[in-house]
Amino acid sequence: MDSVKIILYIAGALILSGILLALWRFIKGPRTADRVVAFDLLTVISIALMAMVAFFNGRIIYLDVALVYGLLSFTGVIVVARFIEKGL
Amino acid sequence: MELQLLIGSLVTLAGSVFIFLGALGIVRMPDLYNRIQAGTKASTLGTILSVAGIGIMNPDWAGKVFILIAFVMMTNPVSSHTLARAAHHIGIALSKKTVVDKLKEDGPEENKKED
Amino acid sequence: MDVNIILALFLAVIMIVVAVAALMAKRVRTAVLAAGLVSLVASIMFLLLAAPDVAMTEAAIGSGLTTIIFFYVLNKIRRSDV
Repeated sequence: MDSVKIILYIAGALILSGILLALWRFIKGPRTADRVVAFDLLTVISIALMAMVAFFNGRIIYLDVALVYGLLSFTGVIVVARFIEKGL
Repeated sequence: MELQLLIGSLVTLAGSVFIFLGALGIVRMPDLYNRIQAGTKASTLGTILSVAGIGIMNPDWAGKVFILIAFVMMTNPVSSHTLARAAHHIGIALSKKTVVDKLKEDGPEENKKED
Repeated sequence: MDVNIILALFLAVIMIVVAVAALMAKRVRTAVLAAGLVSLVASIMFLLLAAPDVAMTEAAIGSGLTTIIFFYVLNKIRRSDV
């Protein structure tokens, strides 16, 4: 049980450092499209983070929030893509 | 039971390694299209693996985990495809090392007719 | 220390950084995207505070609907600085 917990802590640390890297691209990114890529990556990372929070707290209801994000996260990216394509 | 927990945590660790590599690629890659590829493919696989590892560790959650994997597999490539197409449409410059550009070779008129 | 508290501290720092980025943004679209990220982080914070229903509402409205409506309106305006 102890080694499992250590492995999960390492996985959580990797996910949090991934959030930091994507945030750096979001702040620096020279164009709007770079920022949208970072936004998409952050939503996908947060799905994994929510699943991990659900496992640590042991409640299955937390997975529903990740489910909502999995359904709704791509609509924002599509709207922004149509916006920078000057169409919508 | 102990072995099941160990396998699930290792799968989750592999998924988080893929997520970290995707985030590293989004910082290091030279132009937008490489960033889209690194940030979408690697992070999709990483999210699927880490959620599946949690499903292996907790077999009661397998149904909801399967639905979550299906949603991520359906929605994430759609958004990345739309974004890459829009970026090519407004003419964001490719990297200097690009060898081939099939979408430009096909001609912009045919692409506009399909809309 | 509990792992939830460490994660909440980390996410609070991320949230402040993104909010400052929304304030300092040159263009309006960057500010709208940063506001969407603020509500994404706020959703994870609500999840850590054991309120999954509020987190679900924040995910659907704050991060999804608000961004879509803002970009719809920016598409209508289409000035040089948006």
